[in-house]
Amino acid sequence: MKKFNFAWEHGVVIFLIAVIGIGSNLSPYFATTDNLSFVLQDIGEIAIIALAMTYLIIAGEIDLSVASSLNLASAALGFAFRNGVPFEISILIGLAVGLVCGVINGFLVTVVGLPSLAVTIGTLALFRGLAYALLGNEPVNELPEDWVNLGFTNIPNTFLPWTIIPIAVLGIVAWVILHHTKIGRWTYAIGTNAQAAKFSGIPVARMKFALFAATGLMSGVAGVVYTLRFASASPDGAVGYELNVIAAVLFGGVSIAGGVGALWGVLASVLSLGAIRSALQLADFSANALLIVSGALLLVSVVVPRAIVILKSRRKSVVAKK
Amino acid sequence: MQKKFTQIAAAAVLAGALVATATGVAPASAAKPGIKTGLKIAIMPKAINIGYFTAWNKGAKKACSEIGAKCTYLGPTEATGPAQVRFINKVIQQHYDVLVISAADQNAIVPSLKRAKAAGITIVTSDADVAAASKSARTVAILPSASARIGTAEVDWAAKAAGERGTVAVLSAAATAANQNAWIAAMGPYLTSKYPNMSWVGGTVANSTFYGDDDATKSTQQFDAILTQYPNVAAIISPTTVGVLAAAIEKKAKGASVKVTGLGLPSQMAPYIEDGTVETVGLWNPIDLGYVAVYAAARAKSGSFNGRVGSSFKAGNKSYKVVAGGIAYLGDPFTFTKANIATFKAIY
Repeated sequence: MKKFNFAWEHGVVIFLIAVIGIGSNLSPYFATTDNLSFVLQDIGEIAIIALAMTYLIIAGEIDLSVASSLNLASAALGFAFRNGVPFEISILIGLAVGLVCGVINGFLVTVVGLPSLAVTIGTLALFRGLAYALLGNEPVNELPEDWVNLGFTNIPNTFLPWTIIPIAVLGIVAWVILHHTKIGRWTYAIGTNAQAAKFSGIPVARMKFALFAATGLMSGVAGVVYTLRFASASPDGAVGYELNVIAAVLFGGVSIAGGVGALWGVLASVLSLGAIRSALQLADFSANALLIVSGALLLVSVVVPRAIVILKSRRKSVVAKK
Repeated sequence: MQKKFTQIAAAAVLAGALVATATGVAPASAAKPGIKTGLKIAIMPKAINIGYFTAWNKGAKKACSEIGAKCTYLGPTEATGPAQVRFINKVIQQHYDVLVISAADQNAIVPSLKRAKAAGITIVTSDADVAAASKSARTVAILPSASARIGTAEVDWAAKAAGERGTVAVLSAAATAANQNAWIAAMGPYLTSKYPNMSWVGGTVANSTFYGDDDATKSTQQFDAILTQYPNVAAIISPTTVGVLAAAIEKKAKGASVKVTGLGLPSQMAPYIEDGTVETVGLWNPIDLGYVAVYAAARAKSGSFNGRVGSSFKAGNKSYKVVAGGIAYLGDPFTFTKANIATFKAIY
């Protein structure tokens, strides 16, 4: 199992390289620093939330409310700012609201004991509704220019957008924790077999609670980035982003069944999806083609690993019969 | 819901305008005075695959062939700001001269538009504008009709259908729908001052307005409620495509004599206009919106139009003036009757 998993992530990296190669051939505008800047900006929110979603899916849980949490954090930021709170404090309020969203999910799953799929479908709708209640039909759009510029300009003298900073910092932190600490090992153990993890002394419920809270906080960070990038906070922002995040995590080699996955695979996957979209777009493929490709990738990432497992077990049973 | 209606309404208005120009314009000639030839123009709808925007693009394409421009229709499959931003980035990267865009989100695309503008691209919004606070991001907005005129035109259709006498009620969308409320507010005093033999069924327009929430079932119930409460009502105006369709269906089912008019999609309303259930509905013409926007943008890029308030530009054989807010309106909503419904039902 471990061996196969390794191959999948390598496959994702090879896929990314192939996309870059093909994209460069399809369009002269693809392999440019301008485009790299656009793509890195474009994947910002997805990458940030995917970091946390990787933990959650490895631990055998899922959070479908991330886009709504992102949007509620953004709405809270905008609402606070509109009511005279300084922008810096409004950002902290946005982050806090994201965290609270995660805490609510964590509470309902680990304390009340409901399945995460059901809980987060509910909070998906609830958080979206709260954003509407907060802002009404009036988006907040006159944000401080210095801050908004961070959302869509590059770091001076580079071709890297400012949004790369939260991705890089949080990415390193997430990678170290997942692959080099006890918390990371616990996460895998819980996803592999929660019962066994519990008996071996891992605080399963507390860990899951913390993972949900962290996912909420990351959604909050993504909400701040989103607000700056689009210079506005509106109740209908980031609709459907949860699908992009989950697709990226699964295509990155994280098993929907839990216990399996690595962060670098997920990051390569997020980059691949951004690069494909950009390549198809610049090569004048229609937006319909884009939809088909991203749908197909999601299907491949769920079906292929499962098919391999089935094939392997069949081969094993054949061997056993012999 | 409101967004959807706005879209549909915008489409309708556009289609009407387009038809108007399509019939009155001389055959294409490659060069127009004041417009550079060979401009590379991006035509970006809120989302592709929507009939309304296909009609919009039809008008844009016609203008492009008249001015000898190279136009590309491109945009996302979902009508959201972030999805549109990716395509604006593409327009920047591929060095287009001009971007004609229907804003899927009045705020979220503004940073990208500013970036495009800084890259030397001339931007004209058409059908849906950016927020008023961000109007410097584009040269001019081409919009269907001034809000008040959308309301008063509907009163004119109702008065004509009812023979300029009797009482009138309104079947609206949601009570909070901003567009509808602005139109209804304009209807109120216009009816009583323009048509002395007509009045609001409930005394004032506010007391005569029923809300169907842009839901077919609820709109039907509200239509019945109006007839029950005011059996002698002469006309019902429904300034929403959902409401006017529900009213037409229910009128036919009940065999009611009340006149029905409002903002309707020609494709949906065609059966009821053809069989005489409804005399007139209106909407804007997306074809004209696209057509006029391409001319405005091409002239701005060529330096023969600057988009300032009070300035004007020619598209086809009509002249359009920029009014407060940097907006040029097409004019009156386009009306659909037995005479032209066959043509338009195929378009949107």
